Formats: sequence, structure tokens, C-alpha cells
Amino acid sequence: MGESIDICVNGEPRSIAAGSSVAMLLAEHGLHPQRVAVEVNERLVRRADFDAAVLCPRDRIEIVTLVGGG
Amino acid sequence: MNAPPLRIADFSFQSRLFVGTGKYLRNGEPDYELMRAALSASGCEVVTVAVRRERLIDQRGRSILDFLDLTQLTILPNTAGCFTADDAVRAARLGRELLEGAENPGARWVKLEVLADRQTLLPDPIETLRATETLVAEGFIVLAYSSDDPVLARRLRDAGAASVMPLGSPIGSGQGVLNPNNIRIILEQLKADDANYPVIVDAGVGTASDVTIAMELGADGVLLNTGIAGAKDPVLMAHAMRHALEAGFAAARAGRIPRRLYASASSPWDGLVHGAAK
Repeated sequence: MGESIDICVNGEPRSIAAGSSVAMLLAEHGLHPQRVAVEVNERLVRRADFDAAVLCPRDRIEIVTLVGGG
Repeated sequence: MNAPPLRIADFSFQSRLFVGTGKYLRNGEPDYELMRAALSASGCEVVTVAVRRERLIDQRGRSILDFLDLTQLTILPNTAGCFTADDAVRAARLGRELLEGAENPGARWVKLEVLADRQTLLPDPIETLRATETLVAEGFIVLAYSSDDPVLARRLRDAGAASVMPLGSPIGSGQGVLNPNNIRIILEQLKADDANYPVIVDAGVGTASDVTIAMELGADGVLLNTGIAGAKDPVLMAHAMRHALEAGFAAARAGRIPRRLYASASSPWDGLVHGAAK
């Protein structure tokens, strides 16, 4: 068992393996990278950078999608 | 009869009705099938959508994108629910990223909505102007939701908004166009230098005649959501809204007769069998 870090995803506390990337976080939640947009600490992470963006302890991650609205 | 297309920046649409995708609910879950039927009946080419946290809206994990014909529709992401310029700018960037993922041309524009409070849902003029400046600088095509204040409308246009969208009345209120004179002034002033500058009446539409009135005033289009989604029969109301818009736009171009205090007979006075009139 590797080390894990505490992060916050959409306002909920979560644990994830240390060294995980945004892409790995999405895969863990069963989310398709084309269908979501991601912010880490209120900064947009471009889709092309999902693999390279490694999460750090206490990172606040927002995973958003499109919904009905007016 | 061929109506001229609506142009906003380099977008061009035959339909001038922009339709929202919210409030289609059944048992607390989005009713995407009903939404799709209503959108189809409206004939719209532009639909607006919101940005929200994943899996908090549709517990079944369905995506609204699976119920929108992305080859035909241009999606207009909005910043609904934002109360500060900073939050609206974040939402706009997220919306762009999502639409780039969906490979939809709507990635390049945004319906900017920065609200003042939950009760009135009126736009916060100062935050809206700030967000417009930032988003225009970032290359967004900004459609700015505005109050019906001609001064704010002019400031948003001057800040680079590709379209200003004054409200008819508060969002979801169904009160129609409450201050037609302000809409007239906005239209006159924003189109003074460029007759093609697009002004879209956004919000407050309750029924078909409200859409017609907005178009007869000279608006370039109408954006609405609740008027269709909240109707008893949304598909039938979407049909009504579509034709109301076409009627109002045709009437605006045809040029109405002036209002007169007294009557003007339609049949000739000459040749009456009983002789001269009073």
C-alpha cells in the first residue's frame, strides 16, 4: 500500500494515492476526460495537461460538467 | 419568406430564438427527453447550458450532451448562478473547456450572467461590466445579460460585448417586457453607429405575445427558458414561441401603421347609396 494524500473534490474530503494526476483522479471516479472540466485551487487545468498535473496534499479540485440551465 | 440571418460576431443563425435547457424535471431528475422535444419544436439553433459540479445534478450520471444534437446546435454556455465577476470568469473558462471537449463551436462564446441576489436575480451592473472586460480581453465572444438600463447597455457594448441582452423582466417571472421604452432606447442607442449590432431580449418572457412584442420593438432575438419549460405543455408552447418570434420579426420589418386617436375608414365614402356621410 503506497502513501495517500488528503484532497478535496467538489467540496468533499477524499484520499488518493500520492503522486496521482488529474487524469488518474478522473479515471478513479469513472469520468470521461472529454466530458468534464477541472480546476485545481480555482485555476483551470487544460485537458491536455490532465496527465501531467500531479495533485498535492490539500488541493481543492472542482470537476464540472454541463447541465440544463437558462 | 426569407428572413435575414442573425449575426453575432462571426456566428450566423436563421432562428432568432435562443432557448434555455433548465427546469425540465420529472421526479427531481432532469427530463432530457421532454427537453429535446421542446427544443426541436422551438426550431432553435442555439441552446444555453450551465456549468455545475459533476454528479450533483443527474444522479444517474447521464450527460445533457447526449440529448443535444451537437452537429446542429450551437451550445451557449452561461455563467448562471455567479454573483461576482471572478466567479463568472471561472465559470466561463470552465464552459469553454467543456465545449472544446465536445468539439462544439460554442466554445468561443459565453452568456455572461452576474447576478446581484437570489430574490430578484437582477444583474449586478458593476460585476457584469468587470467580467465583460476580463472575458473580452481573454478572447471570449461575450453576450452580456443586462438590466434594461440604457446606460449599462451602452457601457457593456463599449466594453466589447458582442451582444447586449437586456431583460424584459426578472428571470422566470413571466411578466413580459415591462419597460418597452427602455428597450426602445437601448435599441436606438446601441444601433446608432452599427444597425447590425445585435440586441437580444433575455428573460421574463411568459407567453407567445411577449416574444412578439420584443421583436416588434426591434430586438434581434429573444432568449427564454422558463416560458417554455414551465408551461403545462412545453412542446406546444415551444411551437407557439417559434411562430410568435417569426410574426414579431416580420411585423417589425413590415413597418406597422402609426397609432391614431380617431378612426380611419377602410371602405370608400364615395358612392354610398344613402347619400353623404355625417
